[in-house]
Amino acid sequence: MAKMTMVEALNMALRQEMQQDDAVILLGQDIGRDGGVFRVTDGLFAEFGEERVVDTPLAESAIVGMSIGMAVYGLKPVCEIQFSGFAYQGFHQLENHAARMRWRSQGRLHVPMVMRAPYGGGVRALEHHSESREAYWAHTPGLKVIIPSGPRNARALLVSAIRDPDPVIFYEGKALYRAFREEVPEEEETLPIGKAQMVRSGDDLTMISYGAMLRPTLEAADDLRQKDGVTAEVIDLLTLSPLDTQLLVASVSKTGRAVIVHEAPRSFGAGAEIAARLMEEAFFILEAPIERVTGFDLIIPYFSREKSYIPGPARIAAAARRTLNS
Amino acid sequence: MGRKYLDPEIGVELLSILDEYGNLDAELEPQIGNDLHLKMYRAMLVGRRFDERMLDLQRQGRIGTFPPIKGQEAAQIGSVAALRDRDWLAPSFRETAAEIMRGRSLESILLYYNGYNEGTIIPDNQHDMPMSVPVSSQIIHAVGLGFAAKYRRTDEVVMTFFGDGGTSEGDFHEGLNFAAVYQTPVVFVCQNNQWAISIPLARQTRSRTIAQKALAYGMPGIQVDGNDILAVHLAAAEAVARARGGGGPTLLECVTYRIMMHTTADDPKKYRSEEDVERWKARDPLIRYRKYLVEKNILTTHRLSELDEEVEKEIRSAIDRAEEQMRYLGQPLDMFDHLYAELPAELRAQKEALARELDSGIGAKGGANHG
Repeated sequence: MAKMTMVEALNMALRQEMQQDDAVILLGQDIGRDGGVFRVTDGLFAEFGEERVVDTPLAESAIVGMSIGMAVYGLKPVCEIQFSGFAYQGFHQLENHAARMRWRSQGRLHVPMVMRAPYGGGVRALEHHSESREAYWAHTPGLKVIIPSGPRNARALLVSAIRDPDPVIFYEGKALYRAFREEVPEEEETLPIGKAQMVRSGDDLTMISYGAMLRPTLEAADDLRQKDGVTAEVIDLLTLSPLDTQLLVASVSKTGRAVIVHEAPRSFGAGAEIAARLMEEAFFILEAPIERVTGFDLIIPYFSREKSYIPGPARIAAAARRTLNS
Repeated sequence: MGRKYLDPEIGVELLSILDEYGNLDAELEPQIGNDLHLKMYRAMLVGRRFDERMLDLQRQGRIGTFPPIKGQEAAQIGSVAALRDRDWLAPSFRETAAEIMRGRSLESILLYYNGYNEGTIIPDNQHDMPMSVPVSSQIIHAVGLGFAAKYRRTDEVVMTFFGDGGTSEGDFHEGLNFAAVYQTPVVFVCQNNQWAISIPLARQTRSRTIAQKALAYGMPGIQVDGNDILAVHLAAAEAVARARGGGGPTLLECVTYRIMMHTTADDPKKYRSEEDVERWKARDPLIRYRKYLVEKNILTTHRLSELDEEVEKEIRSAIDRAEEQMRYLGQPLDMFDHLYAELPAELRAQKEALARELDSGIGAKGGANHG
């Protein structure tokens, strides 16, 4: 097994899927000779040519809309939106068509496409390059939303997303792209869409997170164990929609306490939905109010202030202690 | 140094073969076989009579809101008549006649405008897309379909429709630009019917024609008399042949007129003059085509009245069949079908909740109700 960054792992997923299925086509801005601004498609243009690694003009609606047409035809397009902050120009194609085509045609046509986009802050990027707005997609019936937390699950989930018969939004945490390496097997590996993973078991509280927030959540869990002697069960959602309610309820039924961590704004975010489901399914087991540690209901500030905006281990641990002490 | 015309060659053609007074340009007259003439005429007639009948049904509360097509039949039928069965159509929402010509059943149209999801089912043997309501959004799907058809080394062609208002949308620009860059086999048909609900063409664009917009994208653009089915068909056939032969996309502007309201929910008297409408009624594409067919001895007046009767019957029985289907379609729980290939757990739970509600008798049952 090779130790890979998330960029390298995603690249491997794309390469292997393209090698075994000529229906897989990539399209996006600067993904060809340039290999994409984060180099996720590096080397694929040379291997597969301009017909399968398609550099597009600068137009997000057309990138998504063309993917829809290709997918209806029977191809499996994987489009890259250079930054998720620009995906909103493709929003209406996803909402009005990708998400609805199967339903509108009563199962006759479907849209097996993937929209990849880097999301989130923490890399000192320009304005409009650091948003975490996954809730838009998760709120849209007909879409699936995947957010991996590291190289190995990113690779496995991207393979699953490409093979999935429905449209998938695949958010890649920019802060994770080159943050660390993991062993990623060369052999095929997939992960089921819609299944969360328990990445650490514990007894005293459940910490729920995803994407780039998983690592600070794990650091907070370490801190709690070392300083307070409490063990936290940490759950990595991996798929935001459909949400794995079952695993969350099972864990909270055991611990009685929950902290939900995300980088996205607080109001109407994933945390609100998760808290509501825990209330519906595990209300009589809860021993404390559910805590949410999230971004503020603001535009993420320019990077001189982003560290104060993005939840870190200290803020997460403080919320956990409030839960434990109430 | 200095100023000079960069490209004095570019220009836009206007094509007209059969005018409203019956004058025919014999040199340009396309050689269309009698079978195709009959097929086109019949589809035009069905499109017209069905549209009129739907307006009655809407006024009687037997269907919901719909966008009439009256006066635009030649633009639609002449265009799609140039396609083969295995080609693709990506329609907007005012192509009822084109869809009928392509094989969409009248029942499915009635079901759709009666609020039944079953009305958007595309038959298995057909390549077309369901009609698209968000203006111009379908243009880009046509480009993707064309890209895929080319990638798979087929000679399939994609035709997409939109209105004059639709050319103001970003998706029009993005779609034409992408199609030209990739030389995809797409024919872009603009039904320039002069009105986008209450906004006239002059408020939509300062461009003298819509066809000329093609030139900026590096594709041919042609304007035709959209009420002259011979001209529409010739221009469409040329564009389809170019696309099929690897020559890339074309923008075809059919100049026509929306004789009726935008949809049955608005009153055009509020925003346009009756004189204008009367002037366009005199250019009726159906009457013009009928006269031509009779003069050419392709149809006799006797056969014409037989066709009128056949079409009336066909429409009547389609309405009967649709109303019969509505007796059993519209089961509320069916709305959960087909959102995803497999129903996720949360949706299963929501479906079960609705089932319990229905069983308990407090839930609203299905069926269209237009009050």
